[in-house]
Amino acid sequence: MVIANATYTDSSGGLAAGLQTKVRATGLNFYYGPVQALHGISFDIPAKQVTALIGPSGCGKSTFLRTLNRMNDIIDGTRIEGTILIDEKNIYAPETDVVALRRRVGMVFQKSNPFPKSLFDNVAYGPRIFGTKDRVRLTEIVERSLIRAGLWEEVKDRLRVSAMDLSGGQQQRLCIARALAIDPDILLMDEPASALDPLSTARIEDLIGELRRNYTIIIVTHNMQQAARVSDFTAFFYEGHLIEFDDTEKMFTKPAQKKTEDYITGRFG
Amino acid sequence: MRMVTYFIVAVIAYIIADIIWKGVPALTWDFVTGAPRESGAAGGIFPVIVGTFYLMVGTIAVALPLGMASAIYLSEYARQGRFTHAIRLAIITLAGVPSIVFGLFGLGLFVLFFGFGASILSGSLTLACMVLPTIIVASEEALRAVPQYLREGSLALGAGKWQTIQKNVLPYAIPGMITGSVLSIGRAAGETAPILLTAAAFYLPNLPRSVFDQCMALPYHLYVLATQHPDAAKVRPMQYGTALVLVALVMGVNFGAILIRVHFRKKYKW
Repeated sequence: MVIANATYTDSSGGLAAGLQTKVRATGLNFYYGPVQALHGISFDIPAKQVTALIGPSGCGKSTFLRTLNRMNDIIDGTRIEGTILIDEKNIYAPETDVVALRRRVGMVFQKSNPFPKSLFDNVAYGPRIFGTKDRVRLTEIVERSLIRAGLWEEVKDRLRVSAMDLSGGQQQRLCIARALAIDPDILLMDEPASALDPLSTARIEDLIGELRRNYTIIIVTHNMQQAARVSDFTAFFYEGHLIEFDDTEKMFTKPAQKKTEDYITGRFG
Repeated sequence: MRMVTYFIVAVIAYIIADIIWKGVPALTWDFVTGAPRESGAAGGIFPVIVGTFYLMVGTIAVALPLGMASAIYLSEYARQGRFTHAIRLAIITLAGVPSIVFGLFGLGLFVLFFGFGASILSGSLTLACMVLPTIIVASEEALRAVPQYLREGSLALGAGKWQTIQKNVLPYAIPGMITGSVLSIGRAAGETAPILLTAAAFYLPNLPRSVFDQCMALPYHLYVLATQHPDAAKVRPMQYGTALVLVALVMGVNFGAILIRVHFRKKYKW
């Protein structure tokens, strides 16, 4: 069932020349108790590109995303088979330091989840966890992260106010800044704009465009236009299977699978 | 329905008014700061107030850390299943055990078995056992009120479990935990049965000097004055004075709990 399109894979199953593999999933099965949510997912996610995961609700795209920073670990009764290599290291190997992994794989959630603390304390949360206490250093990190998240100009004079006083779109960009503050190389985004108005959504999409040069971004989205706009590659999930993974342009113009075409053209889902 | 409510409020108002009306005349400076004389018929109740204060502090010191730790374990660490369910059931049952049973338990375990004797230590430990279930339940509720996404957000940033609890769960849960605990300790302050056998004496010539000394206590003092005193009519003003101090103390503690809640509710919102 799993198709990795020939154009982008060489004979060994890797990506075409010029693209480096950042994440490699192999034979990934995932279970919530007795229910299998992912079936034999295998594909390579390229470094410093934006990869969109699309598919109808319950297709496993969010579950897959959350296996990449092992956020599923905190749910009781889950089980995983297969491997996920990040930079060629299996993150499910027994010796994996989950904390170190999550430091390299940042995450932005669907519902923006600022902490009920000041803007400064939100962004400084990660660095403080890792032991940065120096005020000057923290101020630098906070400023740099807010600049990268495109929020600095709007909030630079009120870093002391509560994050809860920001608008929804600003809160989501704050969460992005907070994730960037720990300097990850991969950024996971779980429908980051689904709860936002069109203007805020456009800002987040612009931001993804700016961040793509420095980060490997994997974004789950419900919105096909969004996937087409922001991503370089697209993976289509359906009922826990990876149906197709390819260059975004190709996926949206000439998908190899009938199911992909049906979904993209809105025949179901 | 409304009439019943009015009726209850009226009864409570009458009791409080009666205590205030008859207690205030007894409430002189001497009464609050002096020691009892003539077996409680004259003098004051200062050592009695001090005794109750010690017992409350002792109870808080034991029950609060234990209760909070249990609640953190139960709601954050323990795998939810039959085992935790059984523990919760036991806790709720424990909360319904009559206080005299706690008194007997304290007598058996702390006074006799551990050999602490009738002392502030035994009394505090006994009271702590009594309020522990309430503190655990209140603390668990406060922890559950912290939204799951705050934990996830923190874990996703690479924080460990304990770091997450410390930095992004407890700060928001502690006001609720403290409010619930303070309320239950206010109730413990007014209990007679648990300290009857473990800590309280009707009359002591000196203030307690260590946790192994017995102490006097407001509810027990009131109990003896009202029921055991040979000349009950003569000590009536003393009874009302003591009752007034006890009621004021318990209400003061409850009011303090409300203040804490209001203060923190303004600070944290989500």
